[in-house]
Amino acid sequence: MAKKGLVVKAKELKTDVAVVTDLEVSIGKIIDDTWEEPMGPTPMPDISTLRDWDMKLLNKYKPFYMPDCDLCCLCTYGKCDLTAGKRGACGLNIADQSSRIVLIACSIGAATHTGHARHVVDHLIEKYGRNYPVDVGGLNVDVEAPVTRLVTGIKPETLGDLDEVLNYCETQVTHLLSAAHTGQEACNLDFESKAFHAGRVDQVGMEVADLAQISVFNFPKADPEAPLIEMGLGTIDKAKPVICCIGHNVVPSVGIIDYMKANKLDNRLEVVGLCCTAIDNSRYFDRAKIVGPISWELRVIRSGLVDVLVLDEQCVRTDCSLEAERINAPVIAASEKNCIGYKNRTNDPVDEIVNDLVSRKVPGVLILDPEKVGEVAVRVAQKVAPMRKKMSILPSVEEIVKLSKTCRQCNLCQRSCPQDLNIPAALKAAAEGNIKPLTELYEECIGCGRCEQACPIKLEIHSFILKAGQKYMLEETNFCRAGRGAVQDVEIRSAGGPIVLGEIPGILAAVGCANYPHGGKDVYDICREFAQRRFIVMTSGCSAMSAGSYRNEEGKTLYEEFPGSFTAGGVLNVGSCVSNPHIAGAAIKVANIFAKRNLRGNYEEIADYIHNRVGAVGLAWGAYSQKAASIASGFWSLGVPVLVGPHGVKYRRMLMGRSDKPENWEVYDARTGDTVNVGPAPEHLFQTVETPQEAMVAIAKLCIRPNDTWKGRSIKLSHYIDLHKRNYGRMPKDIHQFVRTMADVPKTMKDEIKDILDAKGWKESVIPDPTMLPRMIRKMKE
Amino acid sequence: MSCEPWQCAEIAATKKANPITKPEVAVAMIKRSARPILVVGSNATERSLEGKLLIDYLIDFARESKVQVVATAHMVAEFLKRGYEPADFMSATDIGNRLVDSTWQGIDGKGHPDLAMFVGLPYYMESLILSGLKHFAPDLRTMTLDNLFHPHASWSFPNASPKVWAENLTVMTSKFKGGN
Repeated sequence: MAKKGLVVKAKELKTDVAVVTDLEVSIGKIIDDTWEEPMGPTPMPDISTLRDWDMKLLNKYKPFYMPDCDLCCLCTYGKCDLTAGKRGACGLNIADQSSRIVLIACSIGAATHTGHARHVVDHLIEKYGRNYPVDVGGLNVDVEAPVTRLVTGIKPETLGDLDEVLNYCETQVTHLLSAAHTGQEACNLDFESKAFHAGRVDQVGMEVADLAQISVFNFPKADPEAPLIEMGLGTIDKAKPVICCIGHNVVPSVGIIDYMKANKLDNRLEVVGLCCTAIDNSRYFDRAKIVGPISWELRVIRSGLVDVLVLDEQCVRTDCSLEAERINAPVIAASEKNCIGYKNRTNDPVDEIVNDLVSRKVPGVLILDPEKVGEVAVRVAQKVAPMRKKMSILPSVEEIVKLSKTCRQCNLCQRSCPQDLNIPAALKAAAEGNIKPLTELYEECIGCGRCEQACPIKLEIHSFILKAGQKYMLEETNFCRAGRGAVQDVEIRSAGGPIVLGEIPGILAAVGCANYPHGGKDVYDICREFAQRRFIVMTSGCSAMSAGSYRNEEGKTLYEEFPGSFTAGGVLNVGSCVSNPHIAGAAIKVANIFAKRNLRGNYEEIADYIHNRVGAVGLAWGAYSQKAASIASGFWSLGVPVLVGPHGVKYRRMLMGRSDKPENWEVYDARTGDTVNVGPAPEHLFQTVETPQEAMVAIAKLCIRPNDTWKGRSIKLSHYIDLHKRNYGRMPKDIHQFVRTMADVPKTMKDEIKDILDAKGWKESVIPDPTMLPRMIRKMKE
Repeated sequence: MSCEPWQCAEIAATKKANPITKPEVAVAMIKRSARPILVVGSNATERSLEGKLLIDYLIDFARESKVQVVATAHMVAEFLKRGYEPADFMSATDIGNRLVDSTWQGIDGKGHPDLAMFVGLPYYMESLILSGLKHFAPDLRTMTLDNLFHPHASWSFPNASPKVWAENLTVMTSKFKGGN
């Protein structure tokens, strides 16, 4: 798309009636639309445009609500008790209220990513101009913005085009949030449909952010061989000043890295990061180091390795600044969304800011100019490092033993721990001189610090755990592949057929946060299992870090063991949170590039295609945030199932299919218009699983799609059955629901399965050209 | 024994579980029930009570009481390893989702359960599923057999030590011995 504003200026204009000076007329925009693809039926959908599609999915996968709270306290009519069917003063019942909470969460997520994109795009336009070209992969990527093209009908070519796309997102987020006001929406399914829309908008907002930063900052451009990045606390050179960036927005970090490079300091300081800023720093500068996921913020600060802390936006612990004060590390707040109460020093001289921070006159400053952040952070780090000497606040083992003797064994630490860790027993052992039980808590601890908040005698229990696990902490030296960004069109052409036909058994997308039930190794184990099985494994964000944080028997991390290409057995880190649309985009591009379906503003058809043909599953094993909710929602609305780990149940609503209700699994055969029962494929759209074993079985099953060829189905079933037998100790009970013809049955299991099919009264059925959209039927029945 | 939520922040609202003061009360509830089921979660092999795993107590209980067991997560394999075949297995939210459907005819197709017992799921997961049942299956009674108080259940044992938990489960099993 190319839109240009027409501006006419006249210094002096004489007419019969008047003389006008300094006239300036702006005539809106001229649309120069040279994109040949015809516009589909739903460009720039508003909050109800795709309601029919959403309802199709919501009818198949009905919400199962598990309210976290029986009350509504969002307005002054309340609190209202909504228990078991009661309606509140505004008329809402608990199902409506639960879905309203889902909408609010997804809207927050969409607003956050869109706001992030807005900041990045505005900053880059200001610096490089509206005409700076979008380029995410040169000649290798023709479909540069699959999500944006699909949802909005816009083909963005410049930063200015991205600005237009964001205008759309911002309008939608405003409408979505407004629907959650008291006395607006009145039906739970309509709230859910709007949550789906928030997910669509969120995907667009994220895509815009990543397109902009890839294009301008020259991140890896659809590069399967993006560099391997050092990861872990053990990789930090402790002899150097250390700047630690936490958050999601790379712009301030770019200021730091640019200043270092310009002053030839890039070898003399360490720039490390946590959460998605770390991922994006490493896409910009391959000597930037990734420390770890979001849950390690206290771990890193309290270890004392950080000399300057730079906080941007999203998923930043709000007490980071207080923690930094304890280790005498100055803080720079670099986002208008996260000012931390600091004085705005954006317009002050750099020398003055540096002196105030180094002298500890102020613990932190707010600087909203990324270049200035860069200079201040580097100069302060250089001056502060020799004074701080990596001061840590972790206690000594002797202190732990002594303090543990004061523990009252009241259990409040365990009762406040999200993981229900047996902290009292570990403290009891520590009091007797044995810190091993504390060490054993290190891997499972998610670093929330609630144990300390609960302790009536204020024991710093989290610090105890960190000290006990310090040996492991400082030995963490792994690799994460830098986020590669998009999948190349040529990779889609090559893998698209095997995916749709089922011969590549599935795409596993391990995404999201680090609120894991038992540490990050589960993510590694699951990813490795499926990479070995020749699935395509895609990662992003904190999950991408966890996937790279463990090694195989040969000492290789996942990213060293498997190729980074979009191919069977590949493990691809696409990047940070805002890179998730490259995963959705790969599925969309299969429909567009491989199947030649029109993309432009054609959401329903493409989602219908993906839902019925592309065996992709999202796994957010440690999802915790509202952003993770909206990311998941973007996948739901495309018909892609998402699994969450046990903590994900706290999203309070699952979208569950009923495999025992055959009527739920009917699709149209687009060739004939016949209705065909295709079985529960995929069985659920949003599901919590309890253990990694359960996740593995569920992933294999959720990759089954109605369109699988017999060969593809046979391959998928062999994985499902194998994982089921290994983890559940028996044959799946529902195998008959996935066998359409005997050719679907894996050859080595023919006899065993035939007996099951006979016992179930199984009958052969057809393999349809599946669709949920009547308009896609090519030949209507008479 | 305390009747506060085990996880401090799991504060219930207006409808809060009745505490089970002694195991005989739970036994009476089960005996009064026409179609009870027992949902067993993944902590069944993670919790050791007096040197014996929770799952082994539950197998003893299920064998004596003849209550149908639904294993969640990968627990079916653990039951099979121990020579016990659960009546069914499915994900925890799957069984929750079926229980809120009043037309569901149970795992044997003979009628909707009237009592759903839960044990051994991660606390927060069990809590939320029980909340879903409290709100959307008002005719279903729920009970937890854990040693952690669950306010969203209809009936819950109070917070208790593993020793008391083991005693409770043993007493419950004994009350069904001999088909009583």
